[in-house]
Amino acid sequence: MRRLSPAITQRVAVTFLWSLTLITIGVLLYIILYILAKGLPHISWEFLTKAPESMGRKGGIFPMIVGTFMVAGLAVAIAAPLGVATAVYLTEYTREGRLTFVIRFGADCLAGIPSIIYGLFGFVFFSIALGMGLSVLSGALTLALMVLPTIIRTAEEAIRAVPYTYRETSYGLGSTRWQMVTRVVLPSALPGICTGVVLSLGRSISETAAVMLTAGSALRLPQSLSDSSRTLALHFYILSREGLSMENAYATASVLIIIILALNALAYWLMNRFIRRAG
Amino acid sequence: MFPGKEFLWCATIAAAGVLAVGCSDTQARSVAVVGSTSVQPFAELLAEEYLAKNPAESVEVQGGGSTAGLQAVVNSLADIGMCSRSLSDEESLEFEGTVIARDGLAMVVNPENTVKDLSTEQLRGLFSGVIKNWQEVGGPDCPVRPITREEGSGTRDSFVHLVMGKERISRRALTQESNGAVKELVKGDKAAVGYMSLGMVGSELKTVRVDGVEPTAANVLAGVYHLARPFLFITQGEIRPEARRFFDYVLSEEGQEALEREGLVRNQ
Amino acid sequence: MKQDRFIAFILLMLALSALSGLVLITVFIFKEGLPLILQTGFRDFFLSSDWDPKGEHFGILSMIVGSLAVTVGAMAIGAVFGLGMAIVLTQFCPPGLVSILKPLIELLAGIPSVVYGFMGVVTIVPLIRNHLGGPGLSVLAASIVLGIMVLPTVTSISVDALKAVPRAYWEGSVALGATKWQTTHMLMLKAARSGILAAIILGMGRALGETMAVIMVAGNALEIPGSPLDPVRTLTSNIALEMGYATGRHREALFATGVTLFVFIMIFNTTALAISRRSAGKGGGR
Repeated sequence: MRRLSPAITQRVAVTFLWSLTLITIGVLLYIILYILAKGLPHISWEFLTKAPESMGRKGGIFPMIVGTFMVAGLAVAIAAPLGVATAVYLTEYTREGRLTFVIRFGADCLAGIPSIIYGLFGFVFFSIALGMGLSVLSGALTLALMVLPTIIRTAEEAIRAVPYTYRETSYGLGSTRWQMVTRVVLPSALPGICTGVVLSLGRSISETAAVMLTAGSALRLPQSLSDSSRTLALHFYILSREGLSMENAYATASVLIIIILALNALAYWLMNRFIRRAG
Repeated sequence: MFPGKEFLWCATIAAAGVLAVGCSDTQARSVAVVGSTSVQPFAELLAEEYLAKNPAESVEVQGGGSTAGLQAVVNSLADIGMCSRSLSDEESLEFEGTVIARDGLAMVVNPENTVKDLSTEQLRGLFSGVIKNWQEVGGPDCPVRPITREEGSGTRDSFVHLVMGKERISRRALTQESNGAVKELVKGDKAAVGYMSLGMVGSELKTVRVDGVEPTAANVLAGVYHLARPFLFITQGEIRPEARRFFDYVLSEEGQEALEREGLVRNQ
Repeated sequence: MKQDRFIAFILLMLALSALSGLVLITVFIFKEGLPLILQTGFRDFFLSSDWDPKGEHFGILSMIVGSLAVTVGAMAIGAVFGLGMAIVLTQFCPPGLVSILKPLIELLAGIPSVVYGFMGVVTIVPLIRNHLGGPGLSVLAASIVLGIMVLPTVTSISVDALKAVPRAYWEGSVALGATKWQTTHMLMLKAARSGILAAIILGMGRALGETMAVIMVAGNALEIPGSPLDPVRTLTSNIALEMGYATGRHREALFATGVTLFVFIMIFNTTALAISRRSAGKGGGR
């Protein structure tokens, strides 16, 4: 058999690769549109602001919206300062060496641990050993640990992207290292850091397995951080699996998808701002 | 300009403050009902209706399993325990169990399946894997796919207790974690056979007669359909007046009707 | 200067949080799970498929096989699609389109796993049951769902690896008269080989660790699967299915399942890290 000419091979290969790409994008759009098409018609003001009735068959999802943002928001509020501090230490306060290697290795390993393991850990450590029970707090601390590596990594990249001349100028003007970091480096890196924080918030909101074992599945509006709370993702899971109400399940999933879309758009916008500023 | 140092400190202090508030929280003790996850949804529903009528009261329902419920009553963590099986002899010395309702266990197959009647013996064979084809029990020529619930589920426990006895459920059995998932699977699969709470069956599945008896609430109440289990409220000694009020509501005509609406069978 | 050192010390303490988190997780998971493995014995725990918590039988062989089968299946899909997209994004896509495709792929990573699982149940499972036979809930269904879920991981790490190849290689090849595709598959893919390998291994780690979607589409039967159309139970789904009620020895056994999963994940991740470190070292300054 004669070998095909390079030009034809290229055309075949590129067509194949592009069709893989288009299939993937097609699947993504199908999932989003399928959920939204079935869910949007059932979303109403009442649905968003009322409590569920008869285990979620009727009524709304207000307690789950509050619970989701309490758990995910607190998780990010805990993880962000820790993550940024780690990134500042790694980039500005130490030289590459065994210590930075170990810290990075720890973060990389943490990033690979599956959420169900976080769930098991949060359950024995926060809920049982520290006596927090199934609660918003236990869920948030577990998720904080889970998103910490993402925040460290994005913050480190953002800080590294700050041009070296900024630092030199700052030193030249007589500032201390801490002044240089807080007044020059962090402000320039802020949009990049925020991108990581926003994506982590999204990840916390999407998580199910870890919060199921730590924050529980109570239907009531959480009154405090020691109350159990059901997040939107878990509520969707329970509604659809128990077959309680498919309408409410689709509507819940739609709310979840809209939140994720909004957060991704925000992250994208921040990232573009950052690139424009840094470049 | 980015507020720098202040920002970091504020964030840290805010996080610490939030932690402190969370830990030092105290609230008036509400009536705690703890135990079986099979009873839990019904108890939640009762609590919901009870609280709608008595807004001043406070009732909290939690799962954990029948045994955990008993434990919680012993430790006074719960006012009332929930249990989805009969108490053992030793347990009944220590606790007082009140039947609040009965739950029938329905055997369900796909509507296209022609089998109408199965004996307990045959059910055991279907789930243990001895009977591999529906032909062996008078059905179509089609392999049998049993669907079971996850280990620890109260529904599974009572199925094992009432049907399987010493036999074990086949390792090939599909395992689903909720009544709804079992239902969805049986609805779509001609070869499937599953079990679930009688109240959850709905109209899309076909129930089979067990040993010639139709699975209906009336037959459970009359005691002729033997695949049934009691739902118990467990107490120890005197309980607090607010817990007693909720308990009385559950046993009242109103409470019993609410349970019947959910497909359970009243206590007498 | 004194203040500077003090700040450096505080920052170091905070920077150790990730590491101490990792240590805590490791200690607690092993503390809860390891005793049961030792009591049951390695043979009865790892090499037996007899899982019967009530009867005190804790064999997880079928789940190990199940997890690996599903992971391999997922990677067959995830690697082809992920690498394909990475090549398109870095070699054959105008920059304007890249800025549309990249956020879409990130969005794919953002969709909750329960939504993927649910979509698997309503679309893929009935398709398999009606056209290929079996219960539908199967290794194949789980592989497809997981393959899609790990795609963003594989794509983004492969893109990084391909971008790290020095531009001069590409220019040299094209200057010699090679087509873009020849350059890509004879040069770029070889130069980025280890980075791509790392991407695939990290993707496998993701697939191995996914829980909720797998519970919904894998069927969770305890038998070792004989074909891609058979149902399986994975290590992750075993934990999530039974954790709700488990007490005593049963709970320890679920933690022991977690220990097993943890060890597998650590092997995958450290391998991937070692490979990508080595390639970063070899590539020299970017």
